[in-house]
Amino acid sequence: MDFLTQLFTDPVGFYNSHTLLIAQVGINSILAASIFVVLYSGQLSLAAPGFMAIGAYTSVVMGQRWHTPLPLSIVAGTLFAGVAGLVVGLPVLRLRGVFLAIATIGFIEALRFGVILNLPITGEGLGLSNPDADPLGGLNIVLVSVAVVVFLLWRLTKGRLGHAWAAIRQDELAALSQGINVSRYKMIAFVVSAVLAGFAGALESHLNFFVDPNEYGVPRTVQVLTFAVLGGTGNIFGPVVGALFITTLPEIIRQVANYRDIVSGAILIAVIVFRPQGIVGRGGLAILRPAWWPRVRTRAPAPG
Amino acid sequence: MLNAIFIGSIYALFAVGYTLVFGVLDILNLAHSAVFMLGAAVTYTMVVNHGQPFWIACVVGIAAAALMGLVIEHVCLRPLRRRGAPPISALISTIGLALIIVAAVEQGRAGSFFSWLWVDGANSVSFPANAVPNPTWKVAGLTLEASKVAIIPVTILLMLVLGYVIRFTQVGRGLRAVAENPRAARLMGIDVDRMITLTLVISSALGGLAGILFGLAIGDISPYIGRDNVEVRGLAVIVLGGLGSIPGAVAGGYLLGGIEVLALVALGSNARAGVAFAALFLVLVIRPQGLFGARLREKV
Repeated sequence: MDFLTQLFTDPVGFYNSHTLLIAQVGINSILAASIFVVLYSGQLSLAAPGFMAIGAYTSVVMGQRWHTPLPLSIVAGTLFAGVAGLVVGLPVLRLRGVFLAIATIGFIEALRFGVILNLPITGEGLGLSNPDADPLGGLNIVLVSVAVVVFLLWRLTKGRLGHAWAAIRQDELAALSQGINVSRYKMIAFVVSAVLAGFAGALESHLNFFVDPNEYGVPRTVQVLTFAVLGGTGNIFGPVVGALFITTLPEIIRQVANYRDIVSGAILIAVIVFRPQGIVGRGGLAILRPAWWPRVRTRAPAPG
Repeated sequence: MLNAIFIGSIYALFAVGYTLVFGVLDILNLAHSAVFMLGAAVTYTMVVNHGQPFWIACVVGIAAAALMGLVIEHVCLRPLRRRGAPPISALISTIGLALIIVAAVEQGRAGSFFSWLWVDGANSVSFPANAVPNPTWKVAGLTLEASKVAIIPVTILLMLVLGYVIRFTQVGRGLRAVAENPRAARLMGIDVDRMITLTLVISSALGGLAGILFGLAIGDISPYIGRDNVEVRGLAVIVLGGLGSIPGAVAGGYLLGGIEVLALVALGSNARAGVAFAALFLVLVIRPQGLFGARLREKV
């Protein structure tokens, strides 16, 4: 319990000794936001690591070859991921459900094995080293970014766009008959998701000294999906809480480090079986709500 | 060329189990690749650490895989089905189980809690040459090893038996009825839960067998063989053949084996996997019902 004890008794010391972990929580929160957007609009897209890779490689290559300033290369990586999202979205958004999921898995693996591992500019299988990385200074950027992303998405889902996404998720045909331009809103969700993933990738590549192509494969996409499903996809806070939970879990259960994956797997199954709406579901943090608190009547929307 | 057929057979066996579960339940069972690995790992441990003859070890390995099918059904699927949860939930719970299986095998070291299951930790091993009968023949300048050649008749025989069972027997009719419409099947007096359990057991036994054959033919057994070799390729195979279609999965398996060997020869080892996934992506975009599936709703 070292980890939790320190968190509550010595927060400043905790912050100083766990900067990398905190930064990783931030990155994963942005990724969780990325998959939240597509799930919220009813699309089971698992493409996040692909766009992450595009963002990461673009920003690192720009920084190294042309010595662009850091903000510029991060923005460029993010935008490039968005453009890639547009290009990939055009063909795949005709697919639904599990077909979309498999197509996006095909996309990330084709990108990783077919493109990244074969191009000289990406360092092929060796990855790229990034000596200009700044793990400590980057932390503040990450935390501010998470706050901005979460706030924007929270506002977005309350607005016109969010209502359109929710309508599409609940019944595509009904949404269409209400005059909602379904394919346009789906594309917007897909591109926003790609932009967020690219942003997360670009940020992450400047926290680590090394860009490893094997980071952007299927295990990563599975991890990102579990953020969303564990946390719940009813609102933006669910996936973020899921990311926080999954990222810190290995630290919390460090005594049983050898059996870490066994415990994680068991928790995953337990949450899915006993708490299907996610940790955050049905009117906020339902577990933490005191009994006298007025119960908000909301329907938990089912993802996918 | 021969390699394409060997590896294709393994893909086909693996993917048939995958697609069977998808056909009946509309669920992607992501623990299937862990079951594949478990079959190979248990067989290896029986041969090397418990000194059993190879064929007994195979039976135990397949039984362990089938048992895992029961676990998948009772732990990951049935509680969710009772509640009418969306298929994505089952996706996550089977991921959870896959994590557990892989981690348990990975922790198997001499003296550890899982040492009865596996003793080589995260290392990669292969069957010792003297433990497995493996005569070789030379035909027209090719060296044929029994362990590889045997894969082909085993695969074909199993596919024929499975096809017969599904098409012509009472059990097969029950399975198809459940695949078509579980509620109607229940009204017709079919024990739906039992049919689904049976599906999982058959599927997992096939997955375990595929794992054993992989261990024999490729000579690589480790906790990660499922994840690294067949998890995503299995998806590619069943999509190539059309989701839920058994003949499609077999054809898709051989097709992917062929594509990969061609890509390996023509473009090198990195391109091999890239070509497979690019094919998967293209097929989904252009022809989502698969290359062989005429109707999208065709199942089992």
